Amino acid sequence: MNDTPQALANINIVEFGGYAAGPHIGKVLGNYGATVVHVESQGRPDGFRMEYPPYKDGKAGVNRGGCFAFFNDSKYGVTLDLKNPAGLDLARRLMGWADIVIENMRPGVMARLGLGYEDVRDGNPGLVMLSTCNMGQTGPRAHTPGFGSQLSSLAGFCGLIGETEGSPMLLYGPYIDFIASAMATSAVLAALDQRLRSGKGALIDISQYETGLHFMAGPLHAYHRDGAVAERRENRDDVAAPHGAYACDGGEWLALSCWSDKEFATLTAYLDNPALADDRRFTTAEARLENLDALDAAIGACCRDRNAIETAAVLQAAGIAAYPVNTVADLFDDPQLKTQSTWRYREHGEIGDQAYWFPGLALSATPGDVSRAAPLLGGDNDRVFKEFVGLSEEEFDTYAAREAFGEAPGEAPSRG
Amino acid sequence: MRRDPMLSAYKVLDLSGRLGWLAGRIMVDLGADVIKVEPFGTDLDGTEWRALNLGKRLLRLDPSSPAGRRIIEKAIPGIDVLLESTDPTDEWLRPDRTAALNPDLIHVSITPYGRVGPRAAWRGTDLEMMAASGAMSLAGEPGGTPLRISAPQAHAWAGAHAASGAMIALIHRSQGGGGQHVDVSAQASIIAALAHAPTFVDMMGTVPSRAGSNMTGRSIHGAEYKAFWPCADGFINFVIYGGPAGRRTNKALIAWMREKNADLGVLADIDWNTFDPKLADQDEVDRLEAPIARFFQDITKAEFLEGACAREMLGYPVSTVADISADPQLEARGFWCDVPTPDGGKERHCGAFYITDGERPETLSTGMDPAAEGRRILKDFGYSETEIDGFVDERVVGAA
Repeated sequence: MNDTPQALANINIVEFGGYAAGPHIGKVLGNYGATVVHVESQGRPDGFRMEYPPYKDGKAGVNRGGCFAFFNDSKYGVTLDLKNPAGLDLARRLMGWADIVIENMRPGVMARLGLGYEDVRDGNPGLVMLSTCNMGQTGPRAHTPGFGSQLSSLAGFCGLIGETEGSPMLLYGPYIDFIASAMATSAVLAALDQRLRSGKGALIDISQYETGLHFMAGPLHAYHRDGAVAERRENRDDVAAPHGAYACDGGEWLALSCWSDKEFATLTAYLDNPALADDRRFTTAEARLENLDALDAAIGACCRDRNAIETAAVLQAAGIAAYPVNTVADLFDDPQLKTQSTWRYREHGEIGDQAYWFPGLALSATPGDVSRAAPLLGGDNDRVFKEFVGLSEEEFDTYAAREAFGEAPGEAPSRG
Repeated sequence: MRRDPMLSAYKVLDLSGRLGWLAGRIMVDLGADVIKVEPFGTDLDGTEWRALNLGKRLLRLDPSSPAGRRIIEKAIPGIDVLLESTDPTDEWLRPDRTAALNPDLIHVSITPYGRVGPRAAWRGTDLEMMAASGAMSLAGEPGGTPLRISAPQAHAWAGAHAASGAMIALIHRSQGGGGQHVDVSAQASIIAALAHAPTFVDMMGTVPSRAGSNMTGRSIHGAEYKAFWPCADGFINFVIYGGPAGRRTNKALIAWMREKNADLGVLADIDWNTFDPKLADQDEVDRLEAPIARFFQDITKAEFLEGACAREMLGYPVSTVADISADPQLEARGFWCDVPTPDGGKERHCGAFYITDGERPETLSTGMDPAAEGRRILKDFGYSETEIDGFVDERVVGAA
């Protein structure tokens, strides 16, 4: 990675906070070359280090958590005691070094620490600061704590999974946090671009809830315009029939969809049951949509003894949209993801070799990479404060003696 | 309100289908001038189209016709970002060809599985992309059919990541670099939504799977905790958690139930300071959950949202789009925008996705007067009035 130009090579980023929504932004920016410093407290490290498995050899430990590591590759890790004036002083110096500061504390916490945008922009007028939290910095529920997994219910996602008459269902993890992360990445980079051209900094307020609603923009507009309330309905669609996942041989599943009568005729031919296309219940899309249970049963019977991967390949060759339903394990063998090197293994100080996700963005001139495994807690204090911030050995030792990096707990970040 | 000036220096040409719509919308929100090219036949009244193409300038033109392609090729030297989602086998917008037309161009291709690889040419709609990404394997009943979210998501994941890719490339260019090609795979982008599920495969050799509507894996006895509870008008998402936030939530819920004179059952005797959900077996969990289920049955989603917020409890109602539309938090933050429609009315959409320096940027309408707008865009591309009249007469571009 050292010899290849990286798009964000000259960009310095500091993160305060933890869990998913803040750190995931820094991870992606780090993947494209930014120098990212993740700030934690020795007394109260990022909650993902200890609260969520998996752990190296099943044993919890601040440097053994795979969950933390997965969201924090390509970063440096430091600890600061933000309850200690010396720690706060160093935090300000670090923010003075930064082009972008990302924080996902509860609203108002950074300002109470004297680290709010208003406090630091005099010393760093071009600073781009991003605050991201559940509800945004303002409004009657600004201070509500929350888990991204449950926020996905408030934003309508969980209510749209399952059978119409059944219960809503869970999404794995804090789904909405990663929507916020993806959209916030564009916002901070747009602000940075403005700063590169004009010198002007910016304060950006991202509500994870609101960014999630942009992934529901169509159904929300349908409600506002026509009063239509979207409902959960398994895998079904208004136009395509069949449109679902069908059990195949060996516990595999195959997702497929037909968007015209011609496609349906092709499908039935390739599934060795062309008579289905002549069945009056299935001859037109309208008829198929009226007989979905029978249709799914018929397609299910055709798929039951087939190999999902081979059948997907045959159907795709005939122009039918189909893909095996990848399990999380299958993602490590998927030929497309292998071509793109989606999984990149780096040696972590305690965990050992670990697979990190590389974003699905292949840039031709500045390709990016997973530059390093996730940091150990406070593992880069020395390098960051001496090399990046410019402390002399003597200054560093004085801060250390004053326990600036030390033991007292910091404020808990807001979840998500 | 004002338009955000952050990207106001940039012109984006959006030739994309649904895979790229959100990318263009994000760049609109950030202040770019985004020109959306749509063939004549495209239905512009679809709710997805309207929501995700808001604020873009509209040019009706067929990009598959030779004359339409000539217009686009003439425009490319003058634009900064090209968004397209053409089939990877289509040679016309090959990245080396667009780079030859404009070496500073940021060309963003958005496809279901990326432009290279053995399955690059495979077709994918929302269903297949969600299947390919592993997301469906994590939603649905344990052992049951893998499910997608009924409101399609794959395009939004691809579009949101495509906007990030365009911005990363723009920063490179703003620092003296040239243009480049950004190849966006929807499949790989959606993997972000799986959180850290892949680490279980990588570190433990175990494969996370779908959990249905209960929380599993939190009790050493294998007990399942309820995540969704029927209430007076729908469902509530609430879990008996441990940890500091869980303890605070559990205590606040009991206080709330006492206020309402609800039957506490076994909850009355629990010491929440020492309660550890990891140690409960299924019988104990069922006994704990029974009085909570009775309490929730009589309250509405709005009452739960307000009450839980006031008590700083974890948990949210399972909202429908109707509930979201009435949420006072969104109203207070000016989230919705009401933009004019060509027939003199107004329509409501999600406003800009962020607030900067205390203000939410303004979102403009789209397609108000396509004929006049198309003419203005063609003038921007360098065509004379006479040439534009010729395009209109020959129906190369839309007149109305």
